[in-house]
Amino acid sequence: MSSSPRRRLLAYFARRPAAGSWALLTPGLLWLAAFFAVPLVVLLAYSVMHRGTYWGVAPGFTLEHYRRFLDPLYLAIAWRTLWIALATTGLCLVLSYPVAYVIARAGRWRNILLFLVILPFWTSFLIRTYAIIVLLRGGGVVNSTLMGLGLTSAPLELLYTPGAVLAGLVYGYLPFMVLPIYASLERLDLDLVDAAEVLGARAFARFRRVILPLSLPGVAAGSLLVFIPSLGAFLTPDLLGGAKTMMLGNLVQNQFGPARNWPFGAAVSFALMGVVMVGLLAWLRVRDAEAAA
Amino acid sequence: MTETPPIVEFRRVSKSFGDSRAVDRVSFSVRRGEFFSLLGPSGCGKTTTLRLLAGFETPDPDGGEVRIDGEVVNVRRPYERRIGMVFQSYALFPHLSVERNIAFGLEEHRVPRTEIPGRVERALGLVRLAPATFARRRPHQLSGGQRQRVALARALVLDPAILLLDEPLGALDLQLRKEMQLELKTLNRELGMTFVYVTHDQEEALAMSDRIAVMSAARVAQVGTPADIYENPRTEFVAGFIGEANLFDGQAGKRGSGEATPWTVTAADGARFGVPDHPGIQEGAGVRIAVRPEWLDLFEPGAVPAGENALPGTVRDIVYLGETMHVVVTMSDGRLVRVALRNEGQLLNPLRWRRGDTVVVAWRPEDCQVLDPE
Repeated sequence: MSSSPRRRLLAYFARRPAAGSWALLTPGLLWLAAFFAVPLVVLLAYSVMHRGTYWGVAPGFTLEHYRRFLDPLYLAIAWRTLWIALATTGLCLVLSYPVAYVIARAGRWRNILLFLVILPFWTSFLIRTYAIIVLLRGGGVVNSTLMGLGLTSAPLELLYTPGAVLAGLVYGYLPFMVLPIYASLERLDLDLVDAAEVLGARAFARFRRVILPLSLPGVAAGSLLVFIPSLGAFLTPDLLGGAKTMMLGNLVQNQFGPARNWPFGAAVSFALMGVVMVGLLAWLRVRDAEAAA
Repeated sequence: MTETPPIVEFRRVSKSFGDSRAVDRVSFSVRRGEFFSLLGPSGCGKTTTLRLLAGFETPDPDGGEVRIDGEVVNVRRPYERRIGMVFQSYALFPHLSVERNIAFGLEEHRVPRTEIPGRVERALGLVRLAPATFARRRPHQLSGGQRQRVALARALVLDPAILLLDEPLGALDLQLRKEMQLELKTLNRELGMTFVYVTHDQEEALAMSDRIAVMSAARVAQVGTPADIYENPRTEFVAGFIGEANLFDGQAGKRGSGEATPWTVTAADGARFGVPDHPGIQEGAGVRIAVRPEWLDLFEPGAVPAGENALPGTVRDIVYLGETMHVVVTMSDGRLVRVALRNEGQLLNPLRWRRGDTVVVAWRPEDCQVLDPE
């Protein structure tokens, strides 16, 4: 009996289980190498090279772009970016937790509610952001409602403010907070809540001592999923924040675009990435310390 | 003199979920210090009954009364009932150590900080776990039996008036289950605490309980001591669910007089047997009786002692069960009857029956239980 190539292939992998794992990993790894690792190295190299005359980079080594980032002008942008990202995360958390809690307890409505949570993804984020502009602009829905009710006499300046950016970011990232918290609450064994109640815990104590601690992994995952993209956001602050509410993402885009200072743009990117990494490591340390306690 | 009320009393309690009634006009009462079991197959309403007692569920409007110590507690929260509960899943808090699990209730009851370590240690002692070894472990570092003990300690530390146990031994292997059965029974006796125990395991219920409420299809089928339930099952369900039962049907003839077993019942195939007096029997009406396998005996045709009921059959199977031998007999109407005979040692003193033997199944007329129609 002749062995077909298919058979020989299967026999090969049966003898070497590790080879099978590598075969499964390779396509993804190649993809990441080509489109993530290589550009990252290129970007790192750019960030320590000289600026090209018109665009791009010129040979040489310098740390001037990192030093330049310490200018108060840019630090102010970094600071604004940080607080907007933190506020976005906090607001998303406060808004999402009750929603996730209700969905996790919603029985047969659960799937419909989950569907509604992810429904906005069916439209382009750009279109949804323009819709917010329509809501917030001078003659927009919010202002005409407020004036119609006689609460204000002139249109409020809502658009092109940090508040508008915050509103847009919170709206955009809400599902990323709801879903992981939902997942951890849905897994929560309800007997634990009942057990706490028999042991004397009133509603708030049950939440604080049982439900919340056991949903913390979901809270942490959701917070990361919101905080990290908020730090790097550029579309939302660009459309809703205007020039006054520039975030680091806009600065980077600006340097690679109109300002044509690629090395500085690369340095800002890496500074941002460094901050994210430090934050992430700190969080992991705290989490492991808690798990060990 | 006023009699002390039963510690737990259900008065025609009903509970519906949507259109389905999980508990339907259930009544029973539990005496102080008693080991009381709710026994039934899954879906019979026993867990809902326990949850009604715990306060996790509220009876339907006009769905009767749940009383604890004589007081109606229908809408009281669980923490207002002086109960403890052990869950089937143990429900230990996974993020807290053993000692923090046990201290949880003490903290919620505002027990002074200084008293807590001592009480936790005593609770661990009650369930025979060494504090030095176990206090700081997390639940996932414990075996099933140890988790069970911690769950018990966590409930006992608050010294509840009633301890509710929802199939607490279901997840343990047989050996450990037997051991825990004995320990629970001992705790019940030594602490003088009332235990209300939910189980679907009839053997467990018989072995541990002072009294049992057998539940079926959302209702209580029978309440009684293990002996009552086993030896005087009132319905076919109870007879079949607790132990094994052979059923015989027929039609009652004229009532005889003066005897212990005045009724003669004629089966569909013409066979006759005597039945003791029972208020449910009327001349001409159908009668159904249950006979336990160990109440039956086997004889060769013609060798049946006088006065015993005798029905012919053929040996179909012989089942070796250790303490007993079950002989399965095909009766003349085709139905199977199980006869339990003492195993006197099959190697030295084997049973005299073989498959295919023609035999007579016999029992004394008073050794049967007349069943109520369901």
